[in-house]
Amino acid sequence: MRYLPKSHAERQSMLREIGLTSIDDLFAPIPADFRVKGDLNLPRAFAESEIVDYFRQRSAENAAGYASFLGAGAYHHYRPVVIDSLISRGEFFTAYTPYQPELAQGTLQAIFEFQTMICELTGMEVANASMYDGSTATPETVMMAARVTGRHGAVVARSVHPEYREVLATYARHQGVPITAAGFLENGRVDLKALEQAVTDETACVLIQSPNFFGTIEDVGAAADIAHRKGALLVVMISEAVSLGIVQPPVAADIVGMEAQSFGVPVGFGGPYAGVIATKEKFVRQMPGRLVGETHDKNGKRAFCLTLTTREQHIRREKATSNICTNQALVALMATIFMTVYGREGLKELAKHNLSKAAYAAGEFGKKANVLFNGAPRFNEFVVQTNEDPKAINDRLLQKKIVGGLPLKKFYPEMGNAALWCCTEMSTRAQIEAVVKEVAQ
Amino acid sequence: MSPIRKATTHVNQNEGLIFEKSSPGKYAWKLPELDVPEVDPAKALGAAARNDLGNMPEVSEIEVIRHFTRLSTWNYGVDTGMYPLGSCTMKYNPRVNEVASRMEGLAGAHPYQPEKISQGALLIMKVLSKCLIEITGMDAVTLQPAAGAHGELTGILLIRAYLESKGNPRQKILIPDSAHGTNPATAAIAGYAVENLKSNAAGMVDIPSLVAQTNEDVAALMITNPNTLGVFEQEIAKIAEILHAKGALLYMDGANMNALVGKARPGDRGVDVMHMNLHKTFSTPHGGGGPGSGPVACKQILEPFLPVPVIVTRPNDTLAFDYDRPQSIGRVRAFYGNFGMHVRALAYIMANGPDGLRQTTEDAVLNANYIRKKLDGYYDLPYPTPSMHEVVFSDRLQMKNGIRTGDIAKRLIDYGFHPYTVSFPLIVHGALMIEPTESESREELDLLIDAMRSIAEECERDPKLVLEAPHTTRVSRLDEVTAARKPLLRWKPKQQPAAAD
Repeated sequence: MRYLPKSHAERQSMLREIGLTSIDDLFAPIPADFRVKGDLNLPRAFAESEIVDYFRQRSAENAAGYASFLGAGAYHHYRPVVIDSLISRGEFFTAYTPYQPELAQGTLQAIFEFQTMICELTGMEVANASMYDGSTATPETVMMAARVTGRHGAVVARSVHPEYREVLATYARHQGVPITAAGFLENGRVDLKALEQAVTDETACVLIQSPNFFGTIEDVGAAADIAHRKGALLVVMISEAVSLGIVQPPVAADIVGMEAQSFGVPVGFGGPYAGVIATKEKFVRQMPGRLVGETHDKNGKRAFCLTLTTREQHIRREKATSNICTNQALVALMATIFMTVYGREGLKELAKHNLSKAAYAAGEFGKKANVLFNGAPRFNEFVVQTNEDPKAINDRLLQKKIVGGLPLKKFYPEMGNAALWCCTEMSTRAQIEAVVKEVAQ
Repeated sequence: MSPIRKATTHVNQNEGLIFEKSSPGKYAWKLPELDVPEVDPAKALGAAARNDLGNMPEVSEIEVIRHFTRLSTWNYGVDTGMYPLGSCTMKYNPRVNEVASRMEGLAGAHPYQPEKISQGALLIMKVLSKCLIEITGMDAVTLQPAAGAHGELTGILLIRAYLESKGNPRQKILIPDSAHGTNPATAAIAGYAVENLKSNAAGMVDIPSLVAQTNEDVAALMITNPNTLGVFEQEIAKIAEILHAKGALLYMDGANMNALVGKARPGDRGVDVMHMNLHKTFSTPHGGGGPGSGPVACKQILEPFLPVPVIVTRPNDTLAFDYDRPQSIGRVRAFYGNFGMHVRALAYIMANGPDGLRQTTEDAVLNANYIRKKLDGYYDLPYPTPSMHEVVFSDRLQMKNGIRTGDIAKRLIDYGFHPYTVSFPLIVHGALMIEPTESESREELDLLIDAMRSIAEECERDPKLVLEAPHTTRVSRLDEVTAARKPLLRWKPKQQPAAAD
């Protein structure tokens, strides 16, 4: 096997030095009748060239080279090439959690920079080193709010990503966290009146998303007031991180849960992505996940290490803030490099391109179909209601190598033929016009 | 001559934080010409428009490259040398896996794109699932969990849903005292009380204690096999019987599957549900702390409860996601899990084949036992039970000179190695947990052995040398106490006036 650095003779001599005669002796602790006899029924060993061919075929079956108007929590943004150059450095890529800071200052400083940039962008005071993704960050924020407030319920906007809400439901069921849903208005925003009615003295948090699942930007301040009046926290989820380049950060929130995929991470059929949780300093000890802090070595030199680890499972076991151990470090590094490349001005400009493309597309769609949820600002997604089933439209678009918007009926049965469309800086005017033409037929 | 043969010093660049390199007007990006009318954010967004991105950096492309390249050189990875971090299985990460996962049709696939243009991705997930079922001897698998601990939660929720369907989810999970911290943390999130289970003198689950503690309140035992001492739980079949007799199930933490692949299948001996770590056993990169991937394999009785969606074959032979699963525990993650890791793990399995995987396991166990043999006597071996893929020593012999496992670990850095796992498992006082994996040549193993022997000798001759290690890294030992007492978790510009609060 080409990955194994030993000859037959070396194996034999090592065995002799251990005082054994055969490899089977090493497996003596496994009862004989439990040991596998012969080969498992698996594909035979492939040459590297065959592996490349195999996945090239799978890639082709997956139809590469399509223009896409899908967003909904996974966004096609351009990935600067330096990202893959840098994350492919073996010292990043083949290292693990920086438990030994003297040998991991590279990872640690990069995470510290990540935490800082997330704070700058979200308006929060502290951010963790990453969570698995936005969806799993959702229940973690709710459990965190429950620890902070000593309360249990959560009021969740229906305009939060439906799959984030499904993941929350899976966790909440066993945490004794009752979830109350709050609907949305004609302008696409959460129904603040319904929200207010749902919040009680037992509510740990109100959870909204902005831009929400329909692309609409919520009134974060108003939601915060409602939550805070009853002593609850406000959690704001962000699934389209590029929006932070041009949309006010949710500074009124107590906890921000985020999906950082938009920052240079491939859509990759849904993962790996990187979630993040950011919050106010006063809540940091209830925060899940790893944290990197600045300190100094014994010669006074600036250095970084994992810190506040007494929150974590390897120390606190069943009383930990979360069971999370391995997070998404390399993906967070991708995001850090992306944020560095675009930086203070580029992120703004990038977000403006997204805003402009979506505004243009919504305008064009509006000439031929019904664009829903007007009257509140949106970022790079919008909902279009057509007479025709959007699946039929999408089938026609596929012939032109275009992937159309996401039909919403699956998540919102009451929305009929509505579909969620997304434009990013990657969408061209020609593609947008081609799509709108199909809708008109 | 210096006893340090493997490592030497070399030029190492200093590098500040990226924010300290920033200056207005530098940039590393360029967008295409906007081909639609430019929207005025203030008009489009009103009060929601943002003007300033605070202290986000402004640097050029060469500075981005140099910055992160310099940072990378301060790290140690498997590519640099042996990384015997016990329980983490730091094996070689094959580069062809990276090529496979970056193919445009896979990396560029949107999770909501129509199934008819996702058949390649679905087939990869399906084939990987079949391989994992065969390797574990189980009946069904979900690839949705994003890491090992997430897999644990999924597995325990399957047990909970199954028991609920029988009328009573029960209250407790039994967890051996040698277990990873994720096990009790997971049980708590799944709404269970944790009851500790003692290990016996051999470092295995104590059967009389298990019998005494297993009753109708117990939902499951979470066992790691081989356990964190690297010891195979020989009574696994009996353990399963004891639990099953009381209606409880057996969960296996598969963190140590690198000792079993191709040699023994947990499903053949009573395990009901288990997770695997694709980033350990199946070579997907650890990436400085992730991404991982934690597929969960289970027996038929738990299959109806798997997270949605599951992959099915339609009558026309195409693959599809099935969401119509009324007994499912629901989703544990959006979309389908860390798909990019599924691609890499399948590429690894294909590169090995059944014989390669078996040889891999044999070499991993051979390497651990070789180290054990060569270091026995230099370091205390608290449990004489045979080792599988990792070996756990203690610092008992070095303690008399005031030297602890953490000190020996720091000195090992000077010898050019990443340290082993320090102070875990908790049942060994001052543990040194060494897992070489199959990726080490005899030459590299001998260098580690020489280094460890030399350090043992230094502990006698010059304890201060060990206590003050490392001596060769760009930073010496850190003040971690101050880091925790006065947490400084983000950079702020120096001249900024103190915050009002």
